[in-house]
Amino acid sequence: MKTNDVILQTATKVVFFIIFLFSIHIFFVGHYAPGGGFVGGLLTTGAIVLLLLAFDLKTIQQILPFNFTIVTAIGLVLALSTAGASIFFNVPFFTHAYDDFNLPLFGKTSLHTAMFFDSGVYLVVVGSAITIIQSIGGDD
Amino acid sequence: MITVLLAIFIPFIAACLVPFIHKLLTGRRIGWFVITVPLFLFIILLRLVPSLSDGASYLYTFPWIPSAGVYFSTHLDGLSMIFALLITGIGSLVVLYSIYYLSEREAIGRFYTYLLLFMGAMLGVVLSDNLIVLYVFWELTSISSFLLIAFWYHRKQSRYGAKKSMLITVTGGVLMLAGFLMLYTITGTFSLQELIAMRDMIAADSLFIPAMLLVLLGAFTKSAQFPFHIWLPDAMEAPTPVSAYLHSATMVKAGIYLVARFTPVFAGHVTWFYIVSCVGLLTMLWGSVNAVKQTDLKALLAFSTVSQLGMIMSLLGVGSLAFSSAESAQITLFTAASFAALFHLINHSTFKGSLFMVVGILDHELGTRNIRRLGGLASIMPITFTIALIGSFSMAGLPPFNGFLSKELFFEAMLSLKDANVLTADTLVLLFPIVAWIGSIFTFIYCMIIVFQTFFGEVPPPMPGQRPAREAPIQMLISPIVLGSLVVLIFIFPNLLGTYILGPAMNAVYPQFEGMAGLVPKIQIWHGWGLPIIMTVGVIAAGALLYRFLRYWKGIYRLGILQWTLDRFYNSLLLKVERAASVMTRTYMTGSVRDYVAYIMLFFIMSVGIGLFGFQQFIFDFSNDAAVEINESIIVFVMMCSSIAILFAKSRITAIILNGVLGYSIAILFVVFRAPDLALTQIIVETVTTVLFLLCFYYLPEWRTEHKSLSIRVRNGLIAAASGTAVTVVALLVQGHSLHPTISIYYETASRLAGGLNVVNTILGDFRAFDTMLEVLVLFIAGLGVYSLVKLRRKKGVDHSEEK
Repeated sequence: MKTNDVILQTATKVVFFIIFLFSIHIFFVGHYAPGGGFVGGLLTTGAIVLLLLAFDLKTIQQILPFNFTIVTAIGLVLALSTAGASIFFNVPFFTHAYDDFNLPLFGKTSLHTAMFFDSGVYLVVVGSAITIIQSIGGDD
Repeated sequence: MITVLLAIFIPFIAACLVPFIHKLLTGRRIGWFVITVPLFLFIILLRLVPSLSDGASYLYTFPWIPSAGVYFSTHLDGLSMIFALLITGIGSLVVLYSIYYLSEREAIGRFYTYLLLFMGAMLGVVLSDNLIVLYVFWELTSISSFLLIAFWYHRKQSRYGAKKSMLITVTGGVLMLAGFLMLYTITGTFSLQELIAMRDMIAADSLFIPAMLLVLLGAFTKSAQFPFHIWLPDAMEAPTPVSAYLHSATMVKAGIYLVARFTPVFAGHVTWFYIVSCVGLLTMLWGSVNAVKQTDLKALLAFSTVSQLGMIMSLLGVGSLAFSSAESAQITLFTAASFAALFHLINHSTFKGSLFMVVGILDHELGTRNIRRLGGLASIMPITFTIALIGSFSMAGLPPFNGFLSKELFFEAMLSLKDANVLTADTLVLLFPIVAWIGSIFTFIYCMIIVFQTFFGEVPPPMPGQRPAREAPIQMLISPIVLGSLVVLIFIFPNLLGTYILGPAMNAVYPQFEGMAGLVPKIQIWHGWGLPIIMTVGVIAAGALLYRFLRYWKGIYRLGILQWTLDRFYNSLLLKVERAASVMTRTYMTGSVRDYVAYIMLFFIMSVGIGLFGFQQFIFDFSNDAAVEINESIIVFVMMCSSIAILFAKSRITAIILNGVLGYSIAILFVVFRAPDLALTQIIVETVTTVLFLLCFYYLPEWRTEHKSLSIRVRNGLIAAASGTAVTVVALLVQGHSLHPTISIYYETASRLAGGLNVVNTILGDFRAFDTMLEVLVLFIAGLGVYSLVKLRRKKGVDHSEEK
């Protein structure tokens, strides 16, 4: 029996972006409000899981043509290199730096190296979680 | 003196060279290279004899592990000299003999490597002054002897004998090490000479008796004393040169050396006398009685070695009484016993070495060592017969051979016990000479068996495939001839040996009586019609009579205690230990994970319980606890209900959903306790894991209710309840006992230090980011793990085993 899940699919198309945007928001506010790389990554995973529920595995692989194991690896490299970069400035491992910058378009913005680390965390969480779900779900 | 140090290492170096030189000197000619080593060492040691008899001794110290008090120190005094001369002298003769004994087909290179290894180790034992170094060489002798016994490793009996001797001697060696360490804790030094100087301090310590017993155990196992003698007859599976060298002249005397060496340290105590002399006498009696029933010549010689070693040991025990005597007449009476021990030690090496070589020749020429198959060889092999006669009669204690002199001294020493004022029991004074006398009678009997049953009587038909008997080649006879003539020469000139060799050794055994007149008694070949000579005549008479009627009373060996051998006990002990270990392992290693979890939990409960009840500190402090709000109680109530409900869930879906209820309740608790980051994470993680659970469980078979027996369910329930209680009690106890003020004040400066307002996130990403990084790594590994488990799974029907 072929079920008709047009409502689910249509709703997903809208809701996915809302969740995704929310996860990006959560990721960026992490330093000042509840959130951060881990929760942000998990929320993004949740959004993708929703896509997986609404569509099938193949469609999702076409929509998001990433190899998620590589995403995980990139995240890990990002996190490690943020930590390791500090030794080039003759400070202990994992020393973060932050300052305010006057960026065009954004104006006065505080930038923090912890953000690079957090994006590493984000990518690892997304990559690992999706790898797990895809592996298990795609298995016969 | 560095010569002594070199003397230890030259055999090791030569052992390393043997395989290379064997390529040049093929076949048995390698023996000619090997023989230079002991011969050279013998000569340089012999050159030191005159200076030693003038009272010199050579100490050479070389740091090895100075921080642990281990110095590679060598000490050459009279006692070491006896052994070093025996090792190198008999070593040379044995190598010479082995050149012609071993056939070209044997692994000759391997044989000489082991033999040189053993020689170096044995020299190390007798020449080292440091106890740890001595122990190292002691174990090296065990190992090299193990290798030599199992030289013909394709034979089952060889392997059995090697394993047995290894097990027994190494056990003794390790116990001896414990004794050495005790001595170290008493005195703070490993040096033997310093230990001897500190004997009063050692005697006053409470560890004195344990240290003494442990050192003695090491000596007794190595020297094949009762009841550890069982390895020696089985070690006879070794090639005969090995038996002649290791199991009669050198290694088995390492224990004798140790006892003589430690006599100044321990002998002040009368326990030493009782243990050493009683064990020695018992060994002598047991060994000689058992030797009579053997039919294999080598086994007979093995038991006779055991018996002779027991005799030497008992003499050393009697000699220790000199330390507790006051008058000089008594002192000389008892030092004479030690003198007799050392004298017999040399005598035994000479005649036992020659006897083993004779047996080797018989085996080599006739293909058998069984007494029943031998006979009438006196006219066929006259030289061999003469040597055997000399050796056996010397062993029996007959004139004109050196064994006569030492046996006289032995009886004299045993009879001198009546003058000892430390012995309280009169029966002991009587018992010692009687036991010694009976042992000597049996010694006489087996000596006669060797001579008369092998060389007289009818010539049995030759074994199939064996050529008729004839005299051995002269090269094989050189070594036994040398030893046999030594037997006679020592009888003629005993005092030469006494002055030059035994005198310095007596000074080493009795350092406090050094230079005393009468310490080195003059050996008289004829000392008048005393009790000892009457005893000897009695031995000859009784022995001859018993030998004559041997076949009438031999039946007694088939009954009673003589049938009950210690071998059987040893074998069944090994078997029982193995069985018990396997039963034990099988009982608790069930293979069921459930059982292992139960062990882990039980251990946890026990350690917590014993810890808590041991300290009796059940102080619960609730004064700082916050008041419980109504919403908190509701959430906790919901959690309790759902967790209990999980236990009774009938389907898997119910269990998953109830588990989800638990997770979301925890998230709500985080909200209530104002942890927004945790709450967020918890909600999402719970969602994702629930999805994963559902995904996985979709593939699993139907949930089955388990039908375990009531007792197992009760047991599991009890364990679960107890572990829950343990955790709860610990948590409640910890709650009220804050040892330090909290450090979270520091993190209140987060905005200044890390430029963030979210304290949780600054801790995760900045203050303690290292943990986070590794957590991320964990997640990465988990992802990869699931991926490889699912994708790289072994396909059906394809063999992926690694053996391919």
